Amino acid sequence: MPSLTLLGQSVVSGLLAGGLYALLALGLSLSWGLLRLVNLSHFALALLGAYLTYQLGHAFHLAPWLAAGLIVPAFFALGVVLHVVFARFRVTEFTSLLVTFGLAVILESLIQWFWTADYRRYETPWASASIRVGPLFVPTLELLACLTAATLAVATWAWLRFTYVGKALRAAAEDPAMAGAFGVNHRAHAFVLSGISAAYAGVAGAFIALISTLAPAQIWAWLGTVFAVVIIGGLGNPVGALLAGFLIGVSESVTMAVAAPAWAPLVSFSILIGLLVLRPERV
Amino acid sequence: MVRGALAALILLTFAATALAAPAGPPIRIGGTLALTGPLAPTALLHKIAGEIYVDELNKGNGLLGRPVEWVLLDDQSKPDLTRSLYEKLITVDKVDLLMGPYATSGILAAMGVAQRYQKVFPHHSFGMPHLAKYEMHFPTAAFGPEPNRTVPTTVFDALAATSNPPKTVAIVTSKFSSAQFQSSGAKEVAEKRGLKVVLYLEYEFGNRDWGALAARVKDANPDFLWIGVLGLDGNQMLEAMKKLDYTPPRHFHLFPAPGPLALAPDAKNALSVTVFEEHPPFMSNAGAAKLVPLFRERATKANVPYPYVETQVAGSWAAWQCLEAAVTATKSLDDKVLAQWLKKNRVDTIIGKLRFDGPNNYGDDLFRVKQVQDGKWVVVWPREFAAPGARLLPP
Repeated sequence: MPSLTLLGQSVVSGLLAGGLYALLALGLSLSWGLLRLVNLSHFALALLGAYLTYQLGHAFHLAPWLAAGLIVPAFFALGVVLHVVFARFRVTEFTSLLVTFGLAVILESLIQWFWTADYRRYETPWASASIRVGPLFVPTLELLACLTAATLAVATWAWLRFTYVGKALRAAAEDPAMAGAFGVNHRAHAFVLSGISAAYAGVAGAFIALISTLAPAQIWAWLGTVFAVVIIGGLGNPVGALLAGFLIGVSESVTMAVAAPAWAPLVSFSILIGLLVLRPERV
Repeated sequence: MVRGALAALILLTFAATALAAPAGPPIRIGGTLALTGPLAPTALLHKIAGEIYVDELNKGNGLLGRPVEWVLLDDQSKPDLTRSLYEKLITVDKVDLLMGPYATSGILAAMGVAQRYQKVFPHHSFGMPHLAKYEMHFPTAAFGPEPNRTVPTTVFDALAATSNPPKTVAIVTSKFSSAQFQSSGAKEVAEKRGLKVVLYLEYEFGNRDWGALAARVKDANPDFLWIGVLGLDGNQMLEAMKKLDYTPPRHFHLFPAPGPLALAPDAKNALSVTVFEEHPPFMSNAGAAKLVPLFRERATKANVPYPYVETQVAGSWAAWQCLEAAVTATKSLDDKVLAQWLKKNRVDTIIGKLRFDGPNNYGDDLFRVKQVQDGKWVVVWPREFAAPGARLLPP
């Protein structure tokens, strides 16, 4: 029987892991839900952001938050450019899978060419820092990533719910023709949303650089779980992605604490399958 | 006088021939490595070692006086692709000889193809000897035929020789085949020796959430932690435990990425196993003095953070040494002739004298215990292989 401390620690660990899942899922959920583009290159962009954070810190001694200050706007611009290409070639929901998969492979090769396949670790004094809460320890960087995910999720939800652009994007996702008839300029709004999705990949990348060890193949390590988070959370639903991240993170972590750790991935995908069986309209 | 001049001329001609650059069509040696994918960071070391070896061969007289070409393909860390690529190397590229890929699952996949075409198959990183049934495979990961018994025994022997040997053990292992195989063996060995195994966990290869695993190890509070790691898992595990304000008194890492672990701030006194480190007595082994500076130069140029020769690089070099020794001795490229020679002869390599006449072509277990001391790996056990002045440091 696991101790209460072990259970509590695994819940904390799961919540924080879930925060990182959510941070990665936010941009993917937005582009899939509102632009109808399944952007697999989102993971490659996040890892590129991580490598750039590492490089700026390692070679130029730039603090990670300053690096993020450079990377996030640059990624916004990159997201806009990517959407120009997608729009130019009329990439659809299905073909986006192929196109962005290719893009992810190209980015992986570029990362490997520049930084080699060897592991990279951004050593910082905060890497092992934790806050003690009674018998539990809350790792500082993971907590910061989790709070950032929560802030971005709520802010994005509010933006989509209460601003004209947000409402227009939701309307265009639901019925583009009708939204167009009401004067919604979907193309222009889509560029903004694509930029925001890529910028979120940059934010996630900065935290990945600080929390994880970097290797080019890591692009694919997050894919399954983050896809599960996006689908469980509901496409285009930022708060849903956050809550789904927590659900997956905690369920995996508690499974690791009370049962065989190798069962952890089964849990997240079982939740996903169960949800798809019960509510197939989610995708 | 004339006779002397003639003799000198003949000698000069002979010497010039002996030192001549290799000529003729190249001998093509085909193989794959995980140049991309999760195994790529370690495979990169094998690539550098192989490139140096082939360059050095070609700077000399090549093989049988012919230049050597290494046809290297990227198997992307995927055993299924590895199998197809070896098929292509043999049937399409028509290579003369084969060199194995990196890591157990890829080697097992390629071994089947080598067996079908009856090609001699040297390889350098296979961790499950009982599965290698092909009579013409030649392993230079010198684990011996039962690494699940011998490797943990060497490790527990080293610990038992200290002033405060551990009484409780936690074993946390990746489900990657060779890591899981040797770690489950460690559990049996520990229990047979009267040690209490307080925790045994297996996690999926590619695990991301180390917090829960770290919490379980902290909860079990063992005297000694055996981590059946591959690559950077050990670093992540140590970091996750540090975040819980916990460091196990002693920790062992089965197949770590050697550089990142040695350089990690949390890895002080970490233990692992090795067949070669850059210090006596290993530096007296065949080819060590040549490889060490060359590897450092190339690895530094390739931005490898730990540009020192250790297990992976030495294993790779030894595989090439075996192939060269067999070809040179038999003056043949015939796979069966090469295999027969390798079965009958010992090869003097960088990791010691290798023999292939034991069960499943495995010889002796040459693995020694090493420890991170002052940011570098040094062998600490058995004592006759320890670095000068080094001993296993207590917690």
